[in-house]
Amino acid sequence: MSAAVEMQPYVDPRDRGGAAQPMLIARELQRHFRVKGAGTGAVVRAVDGVSFTLFKGETLGVVGESGCGKSTLARLLLHLVVPDSGELVFDGDAVGERGGVNVADLRRQVQMVFQDSYSSLNPRMPVQDSIAFGPMVNGRSKTEARRIAHEILVKVGLRPDLFGPRYPHELSGGQKQRVNIARALAVGPRMVILDEAVSALDKSVEAQVLNLLRQLKRTLNLTYLFISHDLNVVRYISDRVLVMYLGQVVELGPAAEVFARARHPYTRALLGSRLSMDAGRRIEAPPLVGDPPSPIDPPSGCRFRTRCPHAESVCEARMPTLGHWEDRSSHVAACHMTRPDSGHSLAGSA
Amino acid sequence: MDGHTEAAAPLLDVRDLTVKFVSREATVTAVNGATFSLRAGEVLCLLGESGSGKSVTLRALMRLLPKQAQVAGRVELGGQDVLALQGKALRAFRGGEVAMVFQEPMTALDPVYTIGQHLVEMIRRHKGGTKAEARARAIELLELVKIPSAARRFDAYPHELSGGLRQRAMIAIALSCGPRLLLADEPTTALDATVQIQVLILLRRLQQELGMGTIFVTHDLGVAAEIADRVAVMYAGRVIEEGPVADVLRAPKHPYTAGLLASTVHEQAPDQDIAAIPGSPPDLRRLPGGCSFAPRCGLATEACRQAFPDPVYPAPGRMARCLRVADVLPSPLTELA
Repeated sequence: MSAAVEMQPYVDPRDRGGAAQPMLIARELQRHFRVKGAGTGAVVRAVDGVSFTLFKGETLGVVGESGCGKSTLARLLLHLVVPDSGELVFDGDAVGERGGVNVADLRRQVQMVFQDSYSSLNPRMPVQDSIAFGPMVNGRSKTEARRIAHEILVKVGLRPDLFGPRYPHELSGGQKQRVNIARALAVGPRMVILDEAVSALDKSVEAQVLNLLRQLKRTLNLTYLFISHDLNVVRYISDRVLVMYLGQVVELGPAAEVFARARHPYTRALLGSRLSMDAGRRIEAPPLVGDPPSPIDPPSGCRFRTRCPHAESVCEARMPTLGHWEDRSSHVAACHMTRPDSGHSLAGSA
Repeated sequence: MDGHTEAAAPLLDVRDLTVKFVSREATVTAVNGATFSLRAGEVLCLLGESGSGKSVTLRALMRLLPKQAQVAGRVELGGQDVLALQGKALRAFRGGEVAMVFQEPMTALDPVYTIGQHLVEMIRRHKGGTKAEARARAIELLELVKIPSAARRFDAYPHELSGGLRQRAMIAIALSCGPRLLLADEPTTALDATVQIQVLILLRRLQQELGMGTIFVTHDLGVAAEIADRVAVMYAGRVIEEGPVADVLRAPKHPYTAGLLASTVHEQAPDQDIAAIPGSPPDLRRLPGGCSFAPRCGLATEACRQAFPDPVYPAPGRMARCLRVADVLPSPLTELA
């Protein structure tokens, strides 16, 4: 895998656990939101028992449709939204627990880039001040923080003398997103969460920003969690892929494996919905019918069963589990068809 | 369509369409002499990135631009001068002869009216008839766009429907008066992948069954490949390349189209950089002299900066406004295929 190639001999002094210790482990993360005015006790099960491992130096792609919980998951990882339950381990230390890593320390090491490049910048601040803000909050002097901001602007391909003094409204979408990346990098994080960070950009600009992200990852030794609804982009940038459906992980594995041999029927449908860019190979029948159900009252058992062409009674009765996912090469799917003893008539075939 | 219809005058003919927005600070030339035509029963995709003028062009065709927009050029639908329509004729034209499907059905539908009320109002306004007749027609239309339990969904408010169903309802409203021309402005962009393909297939089928001419605005080459007969690629307010969709996507003749194809992430090797187009689109307040793509173009020469290139026709049915047509490399997708 390219992840192994990109691992460098340089050792970060903050790397406490060593190369074998995953950057981040999430176990059974859960977050429900109460719904106002939708009857008593109605909750959106935004993230409902999500577990995965993020290894050092890799890019983990997270895909899924709107409402699948991928953005809530990103916010849980930074404690921007506090989980109801579950465990988060950053480089061997439990997050927010006694003897572990506190949330402020976590946020120095994990930063985030959001989709909307304009609303994530302060409109009344020149962008160099927005970038310098993080280092200043973390104790750097004003001149020092300004120097860091200018260095980072160079790294993201913007001339500091030209772009530093500008306000966000004076920049194009691609330039704003470069500034957001610079702002995230200014505090020297080890891991960056990219939440649909290129989705709002035009294709020609998206390609530039993707190239930049790959280059920054190499030179700064970063680990990425890359959230996107665009499967082509995820396939291109990710070492491993995590597929979500209605608040749960349905498939997790190396990107090349998942794209070549998807094991969950939902992943296969997602892949089958990709447009070919070849007018001679049009899609004749949609892989799925209908929209994803509401995460307020998800189906019992397997949440995908209401849209799944292979659903049987076992799918309604029991929720399939993901299986063992703790090493880099694991390719697992939460589907009864992948378990020989599940009682599904196609068991063992997927 | 058979050869007989093809020989006839086009359904829609747009010549040198120019739209300027003038304010005290600046004049923005959003559409800068766009020229294209559409045959009856044909699907044309206007393909372009943000600021290319594709949505403004579409709104000009339906006369939806605000008063301060300065519109020039010619737009003819079946011989009728669209830009000259006024009053009653304009109201009959909108919705009756031309209908539009917008990108965001939640904001295009009125939240305080049910789907049924939207449809009944349209039908009675344009076709007359009793309430009961309009209701029956409305339910027929909801069934046509494959909305399950159509009779029940007739009484639903927009917020009670999922994104996919809302867009289907929007399409039903657009089709309700049997338009000759359907305008669709990124109708599937806001939808999830598994829903997008359902709506695309539905639109393709309805277009073929009903035979209306369709202009489909999109920034997504994949969407164009699924639905278009022909594509017109727009850049900085002009159509810079036009041709049958399969040909344009396989062998673009304009360097911008080639660059757009190369920079679209699609099966590129994960360990290689994507061939991105350098720079960003020009400022529409200060368009460069000559070819507006020249500042970003690897093939640009001094001649490209002198005047905007006239159309050349490098193959039957193909048009490109570029001096270096002969030097444009084929799309990387051709090599993959």
